[in-house]
Amino acid sequence: MSQATTDNKYLVDIEHERLSFFTPVGEVKALNDVSFKMKEGEVLGIVGESGSGKSVTAYSLMGLTAYPGRLIGGTLEFNGHHINDMTEAEFRAIRGNEISIIFQDPMTSLNPVYTVGNQIEEVIRLHTDKNKEEARARAIELLTLVGINEPEKRLKQYPHELSGGMRQRVMIAIALACEPKLLIADEPTTALDVTIQAQILELMMELREKLGMAIIMITHDLGIVASMCEKIAVMYAGRIVEYGTTDDIFYNPKHEYTKGLIKSIPRLDAKDHERLVPIEGTPVDMLNPPAGCPFAPRCDNCMKICLREMPPVTYFGDVHYTQCWLNQKAEAEAAAKAGKEAADE
Amino acid sequence: MGKYLLKRVLLAIVTIWAVATITFCLMNMVPGGPFLSEKAISPAATAALEAKYGLDKPFFERYVTYLKDACHGDFGLSLKQRGRTVMDIISTKFPVSARVGGVAVLVSLLLGVPLGVVAAYKRGTAIDSTLSVLATLGIAVPSFVICTVLMYFFGVKLGWLPTLGLSTPKHFIMPVFALAAYPTSYITRLMRSSMLDVLGQDYMRTARAKGLSQKVSLFKHALRNAILPVITYLGPMIAYTLVGSFIVEKIFTIPGLGGEFIKAINGRDYTMIMGTTIFLAVFMVIMLLIVDIVYTIVDPRIKLK
Amino acid sequence: MTKKNPLSLQLKFDPEDFLPATNEEKESLVVMRESVGFWRDGARRLRKNKVAMACLFVIIIIMIFAFIVPSFYPYSYSEQIQGANNMKPFEFSAEEQARIAAGEKLFPHIFGTDKMGRDYAIRVMMGSRISLLVGMVAAVIILVIGSVYGSIAAFAGGWVDLIMMRIVDIIYTIPDILLIVLLSFALKSPLKTLASIKGFHWLSVMGENLVSIFVVFALLYWVGMARMVRSQILQLKESEYVTAARALGASGGRIIRKHLLTNCIGTLIVITTLQIPSSIFTESFLSFLGLGVAVPMPSLGSLASEAINGINTFPHLLFIPSIVISLIILSFNLLGDGLRDAFDPKLKN
Repeated sequence: MSQATTDNKYLVDIEHERLSFFTPVGEVKALNDVSFKMKEGEVLGIVGESGSGKSVTAYSLMGLTAYPGRLIGGTLEFNGHHINDMTEAEFRAIRGNEISIIFQDPMTSLNPVYTVGNQIEEVIRLHTDKNKEEARARAIELLTLVGINEPEKRLKQYPHELSGGMRQRVMIAIALACEPKLLIADEPTTALDVTIQAQILELMMELREKLGMAIIMITHDLGIVASMCEKIAVMYAGRIVEYGTTDDIFYNPKHEYTKGLIKSIPRLDAKDHERLVPIEGTPVDMLNPPAGCPFAPRCDNCMKICLREMPPVTYFGDVHYTQCWLNQKAEAEAAAKAGKEAADE
Repeated sequence: MGKYLLKRVLLAIVTIWAVATITFCLMNMVPGGPFLSEKAISPAATAALEAKYGLDKPFFERYVTYLKDACHGDFGLSLKQRGRTVMDIISTKFPVSARVGGVAVLVSLLLGVPLGVVAAYKRGTAIDSTLSVLATLGIAVPSFVICTVLMYFFGVKLGWLPTLGLSTPKHFIMPVFALAAYPTSYITRLMRSSMLDVLGQDYMRTARAKGLSQKVSLFKHALRNAILPVITYLGPMIAYTLVGSFIVEKIFTIPGLGGEFIKAINGRDYTMIMGTTIFLAVFMVIMLLIVDIVYTIVDPRIKLK
Repeated sequence: MTKKNPLSLQLKFDPEDFLPATNEEKESLVVMRESVGFWRDGARRLRKNKVAMACLFVIIIIMIFAFIVPSFYPYSYSEQIQGANNMKPFEFSAEEQARIAAGEKLFPHIFGTDKMGRDYAIRVMMGSRISLLVGMVAAVIILVIGSVYGSIAAFAGGWVDLIMMRIVDIIYTIPDILLIVLLSFALKSPLKTLASIKGFHWLSVMGENLVSIFVVFALLYWVGMARMVRSQILQLKESEYVTAARALGASGGRIIRKHLLTNCIGTLIVITTLQIPSSIFTESFLSFLGLGVAVPMPSLGSLASEAINGINTFPHLLFIPSIVISLIILSFNLLGDGLRDAFDPKLKN
């Protein structure tokens, strides 16, 4: 096992992470000051639309940031490892071992020219000293664990011979092969049929009960995180705009974007005339991020200051926080008034 | 897989038949028989010769006889090299071409594949650009230019390498270089672009996420997928290279099948032309079949098609 | 918890700040990147590609020399200058030197002359003209036949498609180099006969061999294009926006014009451009074997072929056409690559 190099009680501790992609047309600021912590066994949902930086955050924890992306600020810790100054070799030792990931599209995430068994056993033999037979036995055990029947037969099959749901189960088996401390699920059900989606989510929850690993659930679907996660981070344009427990987010949303997201979930108990409310507008251009709040142009309650300056963090209790000027309005107005009076006198 | 291969074999047979028919028709389209150029021959002698080679019979009858004989590997007598059968000439000339060609195939594979992988892996660097320039040059410069330039500098000016024949290993250097230049460049380019394509695939990200080293993910996961287009190219490439290049054999006076074909064309040796063409077609079709079989081994998805 | 009060230092706030922002203010913030059309976007990317632009420049220069310069060049490609055989570049024959001494101004033989006493520079230019013509005409022939055949197969579908594609498969496996040699050999005399018939005289003006080369290209080389066009159209036919257009009642012709053509055109341009060098390649190869254009018409391949016997004494006669042909093929190849990157990034092979 890995030796903890610090006595951080958190499994994941990200502070002020900044990450940019240096493209030929300019710097794309993918992450601007992202911070969050996770305890062992905790399930965190990261919600946001495409390009909000949710996947980038998770990939940077594994050292999988795609070229030309680069970490340019902040500190990242995982299970006692200082991610910032880890070498590729050190990353390799923890990838697939202490931290593993399930990707969005199981159709393309498995190598088409090798058997399922080959691809599962590969990761087992890489990180453990099991021999061929032991690895095979473990692979069968894993396939059984993820609910695949006839595991011996499946091991000899190629990915194209399996259904989408089945392939995602295989991906999960690969991810869990070395009993990771943290499992990152990057939109694991987006590419699957709705009925299969439910099965896969249920499987993940079951496995978490059994194995006790922490999970980061990346999704654009609030419905998924509601049932699964303890904490939720809502990301927009490379920032966590609101963070809190599932109850905080769903029953007491503070950011206009979160509110918009919740309004756009279809509900079974909706009244006849209630309509789904889409969030108007398009996401910001990350090449030229605005000076103020990135959501301001799409926000119904946008104020003049929102366009000019990034809002500070407002806390509601120990966990729940948001970055939105509307939550500062009352205080700021009072302060401004006091300031004005002071100036008048 | 059986059905897939059966379909392929049928297509191969139809192709050979089509080539045989086209060749036969083309050869009979040319006005003025093969003995026209030899002025000394009297009409009576021409008639006798035509009777000997069966040229006096009606078109369709000749066609049927020709196909029947060809099935047995009998392409008849050469019209110009008296007393020798076409098959006899082919079986003495082909090994010569195949020897040079075989070396050239090996060279282009052993150079092209690794160079393409390196170029893809080091994309955007000076190594990549240098390799790309060289590969583009190798594709752009016609083989007669390569041959003559090589011959001028290494054969004539410097006198380092022999320019005629194939008697020693040293004799092989220039013809092999000239033969391998195009396929090596082509394979390098093919390998580079397919490798780049594969490196961007999701399963390569999976391989990294598993913690596999660069070496393993490159050679185990990427190479086997990226090599597929090269395998497709190999079939016709091997067929052409082994049968011998007209140009290279002409310039370096190699007594191979390519040179023999040109000789037959210029001498209007119809049986020889037809025999060589069908021989190459059969050889080509067999290579394509082998490629199909190799493909099903390397890529398990093919069985479904 | 250590949260700093952001307001303690920020007395600069104005109550104004917390008034709702107007829509105009909101919109002014959204910096929309200029949306550019297909052609402009591609042209911009092409202009940025230095290699492709350099190649385009080289091609234009060669075209000027091949098509324009010969018309006012002081020598003709077939004119045999008396006593001026096998001269080195910039040399004059004894007779010409006498004329210069008499005060006459003579244009130098930049590349010297060949063994028949013909100015080599004009022969190289004419050779380039033939090579370029062959390349471009062949590319057009291939484009037309290939795309018509491919689109018919794709639109007809069913057994028509099946039979048409089997034919393509067969032509594909036929060893092309052999058949080209065979065809150009076999077509020589029938074309000659045809040229002697009234109304077909243009055949002999163009040269029977040149025509037979075109016939060869028309018969054999379109299969790659046909396959590409068919697969593109099939892919597009399945795509959602074509289904959407059909659902909205767009006519077949409109779908072809508006959707399929605009989506295929990038691919077509790229393949056609890349076809030019490969046709030039084949022509030079045939000419080198003596199956190309008829004498005294030169082509770059036949020039090189003629020069090979004198390689020891007159290497420049070999090197000049060799360099020009390599340059032409290289430039078209690199330009094709550039066009592909600019107009059709998905075609990366």
